[in-house]
Amino acid sequence: MGLLSKKDAKLITDPLTDDNPVTIQVLGICSALAITAELKASIVMAVAVLFVLGIGNVVISLMRNIIPSKIRIIVQLIVVATLVIIVDLVLKAFAYELSKTLSVFVGLIITNCIIMGRFEAFALANGPWKAFLDGIGNSLGYGVILIIVGFFRELLGSGTLLGYKVLGDPIAKTGVYAFGYENNGFMLLAPMALIVLGIVIWIQRSRNEALIEEH
Amino acid sequence: MEHLELFFKSIFIDNMVFATFLGMCSYLAVSKKVTTAVGLGAAVIFVLAITVPLNWLLDQYILQPGALVWLGPEYADYDLSFLSFIMFIATIATMVQLVEIVVEKFSPSLYNSLGIFLPLIAVNCAILGGSLFMQSREIPTLGLALTYGVSSGIGWFLAILAIAAIREKIRYSNVPPALRGLGITFIITGLMAIGFMSFGGMLTGGEEETVVEDKTEQAIQIEKDKVDDKVKEIEKLSEAENTTALNE
Repeated sequence: MGLLSKKDAKLITDPLTDDNPVTIQVLGICSALAITAELKASIVMAVAVLFVLGIGNVVISLMRNIIPSKIRIIVQLIVVATLVIIVDLVLKAFAYELSKTLSVFVGLIITNCIIMGRFEAFALANGPWKAFLDGIGNSLGYGVILIIVGFFRELLGSGTLLGYKVLGDPIAKTGVYAFGYENNGFMLLAPMALIVLGIVIWIQRSRNEALIEEH
Repeated sequence: MEHLELFFKSIFIDNMVFATFLGMCSYLAVSKKVTTAVGLGAAVIFVLAITVPLNWLLDQYILQPGALVWLGPEYADYDLSFLSFIMFIATIATMVQLVEIVVEKFSPSLYNSLGIFLPLIAVNCAILGGSLFMQSREIPTLGLALTYGVSSGIGWFLAILAIAAIREKIRYSNVPPALRGLGITFIITGLMAIGFMSFGGMLTGGEEETVVEDKTEQAIQIEKDKVDDKVKEIEKLSEAENTTALNE
């Protein structure tokens, strides 16, 4: 990272691990859980949030001195909603099937707490370049969790990754299915997303004692 | 009847928290104590009951393809549905502010209990989610939209009430240190969601069964008719044979 000073680089790397928006700051849980049954949907969602948060943070940061604090929430919502409409229309034009799978959750990026949380906590108090890095960092941290959860749910639930049958064919009984392995269809249902995420948090916190909460 | 069906469906089967994960952020953040959870839950019911019917009207008369036809026939081709996100969120944000002002004026005691939660609600995804699901599920009438708003709110209320009660008790249990707080809350919510899945067959199961029975009865009837026809044919044939035999 020759381009970035040490402080700037920290803005990107911190949210990936010890200040992760999903597992530590508890932001943006809704979409992290709802669309992770497939790896592909998780990746698209992560990219969408990257776009919205990266640009949104810059826009809010540029406007931070002219937004009256009383109506800042409405202003923020309008900025996010505009960016999300762009994402939604692009998805509908180039990946219609996928936009059907994501259904209302593209729209719900608007109320994704990561976005409002970062606007409030960072973009309103910092310059555009820093805000941009913070946006990228946080959305990457969000994306990492989405991809981890999506990876395990798709692999264990339907035995595929991005639609490719990595574990063999369950009907023709090739690959691991030849040894009597069965897909765990339960992984595709909603409750397992919560439990997988709980386990991710468990692993992360047992590796880093400093993150443990007092009840 | 359809009101009742939608009511129970949105509370138990399509529960906002357990089936669609809406409003998880505030669900996790404000569920440490039962009293605050009740306050937020009540505010969510209140706001959903107002915004869902309002957004239904917006959707019906402004946003849907061809919805502008009431302005004149030349507007029939307009499709403003791409504006729905921005319209819905603007309605929600304004309504929340308006509700806050009205409640403060007319019922200070209610304002004191709901007050601090109302601004929080503007960015609660359960509210926007309620309007977006109302749009994507194509709820047909204003009355049903109201029922949908109120009952999804009640579903959310039940969920946050339950988890807050459990979290108050779990303080006395010996949870592994790394799971304390957020981790165990996720896993409990997951288990509760599995429990709520058992409501799944409550409304649809019975209906499908009767349809199947009807079909089988009809099929049996048709089979019986066919058999009767064949029996008659055989009788005719044998009669004919008999007559020919007699003639000979």
